[in-house]
Amino acid sequence: MLATLCLPVLAGCGSEWNDPYPSTERGNNKIYTSFSERPKHLDPAIAYSNSEIGFIAQIYEPPLQYHYLKRPYTLIPATLEAMPEIRYFDQSGRPASEATPADQIGRTVYRMKLRGGVQYQPHPAFSQNPDGTPRYMNLDGRQARAVQGAAGPMALADPGTRLLKAQDYVYQIKRLAHPAVQSPIFGMMGEHIQGLQALSDEIKAQIAAQPGVWVDLDPLPLPGAVAIDDRTLEITLNGKYPQFIYWLAMNFFAPVPREVDQFYGQPALRRSNVRIDTWPVGTGPYMMVHNNPNSRIELARNPNFHDERYPCQGEPGDAAAGLLESCDAKLPLIDGVVFSREKESLPYWNKFLQGYYDESGISSDSFDQAVRVTVTGDVNVSPAMAAQGIRLQTSVRTSVYYLGFNLLDPVVGGKTHEEQRRAKLLRQALSIALDQEEFISIFLNGRGQPGMGPIPPGIFGHQSGQAGMNPVVYTWKDGAPQRRSIKEAKALLAQAGWPDGRDRQTGRPLVLNLDTTSGGLGDKSTMDWMSRQLNQIGVQLVVRSTDFNRFQEKLRKGSAQMYFLGWNADYPDPENFFFLLYGPEGKVAHGGENTANYNNPEFDRLFRIMVNMPNGPARQNVIDSMLRLVREDAPWIYWFYPKTYVLQHSWLQNFKLNNVASNTLKYERVDADRREALRQEWNKPLLWPFAVLVAGVLALLWPAVRAYRSRSGLDAFGNRVRGD
Amino acid sequence: MMMDPIDFFLILRDSLWVCLVTDALLWLLFLGFVVGLVLILRSPLQRDVWRNVFQQRLAVVSAVVLAVAASFALLDSIHFRQPLPALIEDSGAPQSTEVRYAVEVNSVLDLLLSGLRDSYEKTYSAPLAVNLSALEPVTIALPDGNVEVRREAPRLKVAGQAFPPGPVSASVYWIDVAKRLAVGALGGLGAFAVLAFIGLALHRWRRRAAPQSRYNHPVARRWTLITLSLIFILAGVMASLSDNFHVFGTDKVGQDVLYQVLKSLRTALVIGLVPTLVTLPIGVVLGLAAGYFRGKVDDAIQYVYTTVSAIPGVLLIVAAVLSIQVMLDNHPEWFATAVERGDVRLLSLCIILGMTSWTGIARLLRGESLKMREYEYVQAARAFGVSAGRILLRHILPNVFPIILITMVMEFSSLVLAEAVLSYIGIGVDPTMFSFGLMINNARMELSREPVVWWTLTAAFIFMVVLVLAANILADAVRDALDPRSERP
Amino acid sequence: MLRYLLRRLFYAVPILIGVNLITFALFFMVNSPDDMARMQLGVKRVTPEAIAQWKAARGYDKPLFINESATALQQVTDTIFFDKSMRLFAGEFGRSEDGREIGQEIRQRMGPSLAIALPTFVIGLGLTISLALMLVLFRGTWLDRTGVVLCVGLMSISSLFFIIGGQFVFARVLKLVPISGYESNPWTAWHFLVLPVAVSIVAGIGGSTRWYRTIFLEEIGRDYVRTARAKGLSDARVLFGHVLRNGLIPILTGVVVVIPSLFLGSLLVESFFGIPGLGSYTIDAIAAQDFAVVRAMVFLGSVLYLVGLILTDLSYTWVDPRIRLK
Repeated sequence: MLATLCLPVLAGCGSEWNDPYPSTERGNNKIYTSFSERPKHLDPAIAYSNSEIGFIAQIYEPPLQYHYLKRPYTLIPATLEAMPEIRYFDQSGRPASEATPADQIGRTVYRMKLRGGVQYQPHPAFSQNPDGTPRYMNLDGRQARAVQGAAGPMALADPGTRLLKAQDYVYQIKRLAHPAVQSPIFGMMGEHIQGLQALSDEIKAQIAAQPGVWVDLDPLPLPGAVAIDDRTLEITLNGKYPQFIYWLAMNFFAPVPREVDQFYGQPALRRSNVRIDTWPVGTGPYMMVHNNPNSRIELARNPNFHDERYPCQGEPGDAAAGLLESCDAKLPLIDGVVFSREKESLPYWNKFLQGYYDESGISSDSFDQAVRVTVTGDVNVSPAMAAQGIRLQTSVRTSVYYLGFNLLDPVVGGKTHEEQRRAKLLRQALSIALDQEEFISIFLNGRGQPGMGPIPPGIFGHQSGQAGMNPVVYTWKDGAPQRRSIKEAKALLAQAGWPDGRDRQTGRPLVLNLDTTSGGLGDKSTMDWMSRQLNQIGVQLVVRSTDFNRFQEKLRKGSAQMYFLGWNADYPDPENFFFLLYGPEGKVAHGGENTANYNNPEFDRLFRIMVNMPNGPARQNVIDSMLRLVREDAPWIYWFYPKTYVLQHSWLQNFKLNNVASNTLKYERVDADRREALRQEWNKPLLWPFAVLVAGVLALLWPAVRAYRSRSGLDAFGNRVRGD
Repeated sequence: MMMDPIDFFLILRDSLWVCLVTDALLWLLFLGFVVGLVLILRSPLQRDVWRNVFQQRLAVVSAVVLAVAASFALLDSIHFRQPLPALIEDSGAPQSTEVRYAVEVNSVLDLLLSGLRDSYEKTYSAPLAVNLSALEPVTIALPDGNVEVRREAPRLKVAGQAFPPGPVSASVYWIDVAKRLAVGALGGLGAFAVLAFIGLALHRWRRRAAPQSRYNHPVARRWTLITLSLIFILAGVMASLSDNFHVFGTDKVGQDVLYQVLKSLRTALVIGLVPTLVTLPIGVVLGLAAGYFRGKVDDAIQYVYTTVSAIPGVLLIVAAVLSIQVMLDNHPEWFATAVERGDVRLLSLCIILGMTSWTGIARLLRGESLKMREYEYVQAARAFGVSAGRILLRHILPNVFPIILITMVMEFSSLVLAEAVLSYIGIGVDPTMFSFGLMINNARMELSREPVVWWTLTAAFIFMVVLVLAANILADAVRDALDPRSERP
Repeated sequence: MLRYLLRRLFYAVPILIGVNLITFALFFMVNSPDDMARMQLGVKRVTPEAIAQWKAARGYDKPLFINESATALQQVTDTIFFDKSMRLFAGEFGRSEDGREIGQEIRQRMGPSLAIALPTFVIGLGLTISLALMLVLFRGTWLDRTGVVLCVGLMSISSLFFIIGGQFVFARVLKLVPISGYESNPWTAWHFLVLPVAVSIVAGIGGSTRWYRTIFLEEIGRDYVRTARAKGLSDARVLFGHVLRNGLIPILTGVVVVIPSLFLGSLLVESFFGIPGLGSYTIDAIAAQDFAVVRAMVFLGSVLYLVGLILTDLSYTWVDPRIRLK
């Protein structure tokens, strides 16, 4: 069967029969990678998940960005001439200083000077008629049809461009307040940026007045964001919010020109699903030229990209790693990026091995399978892959996974003081009994580092070594933290009133419920492992797995008991992790992110202090005492800090893992000839087994033919006639 | 491997018995099967029909295979909760007299296979391997005093106990394997011989009791014995190998794969059999009624089954399963243990599969009863004023019985296969259970490991194919015997 | 004839309404609009306002079936049920939960689905028929018996195994074809299609071959075959001359019903081989619990099925002029 299909046609194509890309693309200077789930949103005001930011970070340019090589992560200007100049004013509007206590500061002003000559990518939204009016403001039927293809608006003839203006940033900040946009950060930014909430109501009123009509945000006033002139932007915050600087490096604050919003606002496009949300327009190094989120998304070099150079100094070791070779080269270094959709792990992994992906893509779970990790945690690629020249980079992600206890629960939380004391000891016992090291080596294939507290490495406040050890769970033994013994766990359990996991009064066995969503951390093998671990100290585990929505609901209503959750850093500041345990963020009480409903006045007090401190020894002290509290109270079992592994082929250069920034593709470089050569070498089709297969089929037919020959014929009733 | 029969029974004695719904249903089906068998043996006519079925070697073989699978499933359908050990004195707890039970629910099969169940390795290990399939650093003391760290695959915790620690030489390894093979085969054969002898003795005795015995099927008997002997030998080999190895290797958490496939048998049988309990009543009643009463009734029933069959099967199942899940999630208080929850979910899956697959048989029976209502004897009965229900029950139902039976048998294999697909989509059985579908689903990831983990997939493949193949062959035989000229997809 | 068609189409309407009622009931038991909103808005920083807006934007803030607040006809039309289900009749599939035009998606994805399903159907049909004929030709010999056993064997293997195995052997080990992927132009995409098509044919071959074999055997039992033989025609002549032609009638009329459903593609094959067709669309929707899409697919599926039924009736008249449709 396969024979009839393959052989004639396969003869017709190039040297690699299994090349998933058109032969016209051979040897070009692009990066080939993959994505597993189609991006839901590409609108910079909405996109919040890694899979989405991975695309638009290459296209949009917020005012700030992170240095590619330096660690700890440091902010540098992207479209600015210098870092923002920050001025404080007290309640009565008089100038104040950094040192002024936070509660006396009335507003904070960020003044930013844009660098000159920053241009947008070519896009029809900018094209104009000779008389200067926008050209594509109401598309005719033919154009509207053309736009529906995979090339989208880029299908329209001679696109225009223009310089970046401060007004574009203002416009985007206004979009955050647009009810139709539904920006996930509007809720919190509404509190910080002056007048944003009011603006939102105003827009609502306008929509109500004339529904279905595009709302021009330019005339609407927003005191919190003003363009002094074309190149000067001023953002005003209520009070003091030091973390805001980090938001300025996120896509939410990327520029969106009014023309673009208007262009996509026209009904013809909205109907055919061509929107900012699907076709981003930016000043960044790349622009989207092909968008078929079901199979292939392609970015191409933005010809108008402003002059940005590859960094010349990084952290020690970068030079040795060859990361400084492209020093001062003009970015971007490659012509484009091709993202292919890959849902199943088997095809994904094999295409990488065959050299059709340069690096593991946006989601790389199946890649982690391939990496050999020892129990001691050191990592390397398998010999076969090493022979292929595949290199491995790992770094600890700035996120934390934890097993949370719902402190409103009578057993693990408790109401009365006595109950709470017992529950605390119980939580500590569990923290010891559940052996994360083993978990990580079995289930994550070593892709993680045991958690010591809510703050992961790479975030200010995290300390390694003895200083950073969680003394409740570990003891420091000859230079390494060592998990306390099961005996100690049992002792704690007995103190908690559950000797051998039985209630001291009633003898009732201690049964704990773990609420999970099936799949991921909730799958059978994980749960079996968990219950085996807990059985060691006589505690019995009941798994209550539900679907994602129900799980969320349980957390909201506080009906969960124990649960797994994780948190990715929005920005590298301890505040972004501690607020997960901040009382006023309580999930049940205030619908916040504090799912454990942990509420410790002392902690909250320290939190409020810590938030407004600059990084430094003083802040470290506060953080340490906060850590001491949450380790003692153990509202979470600090499960692990996930590690990212990225496998890269030998032809991919200038690649350095970066857990905070995503706009890194502009720095990378490929050796296209080497890639071409290796691909050919690795993908020689193996023909003979196939030939054998075909031969086998034919061999089967042979006796059939013979049998037929030997059949003289049948009588009227279909029986054999004896040939005499 | 086998545990000491004494404490086996002790555990069973003071355990708290748990009866899951599907347990009850499986045993009910078994009971029904036995009753049916007796009835068949009673009526000479039926006996001859079934004799034709068991004239065919393959049919006999597959029947035996299915019977073995079924017996595993039945053993796995007796559940209980073991008592917790009494409190230790110095823990300061009062000696509460009443016995407390573990939340973990086990089945008799678990108890029998406890050797397999509790033999956890650290993680993946290949079939019959003595080393883990992952490298770990091992420190070796060199003669010159200092130590060297090499990356080796460490010895397994459970498997390979028969060998001395340290690397196992090939010769030692293979000799041990061969020895176990031989011992197992002989043991199995021996056990079979004993049983067979008892069986034959009984048979003889009965023959003497009733000379013109009706239990005389030479083909059937011969092939039953042959198949059984082979199965016994296989079982013996597995048992003796399992003493020192994992016959099908271990999975991610180091659990024995053989244990998993054996546990999966029950799920497969439940999925294959229980839905028909739902399908038959609906399909038969509606189908016969539509054909017999015609007119309005027929229109109504036709409307219903056209509507149901118009919806793409998978999507209908998806929708139903999801909604049932939500219902279960909203009422955690319904279930004392995770097992019960999984069981109810399994049951609901079966019901849904039944509800969505009754249209086929309904359409079939409608046609049949349309034909039959015109038969003279039916006409006559009606002329005598026999009530419609009576006619349907007495005259029509018996004649369509073969069709019903055939559809039931043919449904079985398709249902078992469907489970795999549903589990792939993620709406199959509860992830806390064992099933072929779930095994395949996990194995997908494992094929992209370095080195490839092929054994879980292979094990699931072998067992599943054998089960379904047997079912299909038997179905063919039954069909040929019961209605020779039926053509169905 | 025309009147017949009109009547059938008219009959189809109540059935489709029934379909909608069933699916609608099921789906709104599954997830309240609030849940959908949370699902789509993600986990991070979701405020009640955002949810309210999301629902309003998609019309999920209306009552389910009856809208007391509205007047007269509005009471029925201004409800979620009418919006989300009844509009389907007008071919308005609406938007998926993440705001994409479902109708457009479907149009885009039909091509890839057909690119797999059509060759599978045509080649598969031809292959199975010829195989069945071969078995009939050698009926009663060991070839026939082994053939049937092989068929049963193939039937007993889950299609998942065929897919996984095929990918592993032909794409990973032998490197003959790309392991997955697709090109928008079906003519240059053939080397992506070879493997999935082959796999799905092999997966389906066992059952249908066996079925067709029984049909042909039926034919052979008939009188005209005996007379033909009595005339001294060779076995082959009889088979290909008469049996094939008459046997094809039940086969073709039997398969007509599935032809429209080819548009829906295959759930498994498409998502394993990364074919951006309707099958993988459905799977994605299920995974993302995007019920707008699933509802649309259910409706589309049942429409195509009903079309299939009508086509079947037509095909009867075509093969047998004696049948008249009124």
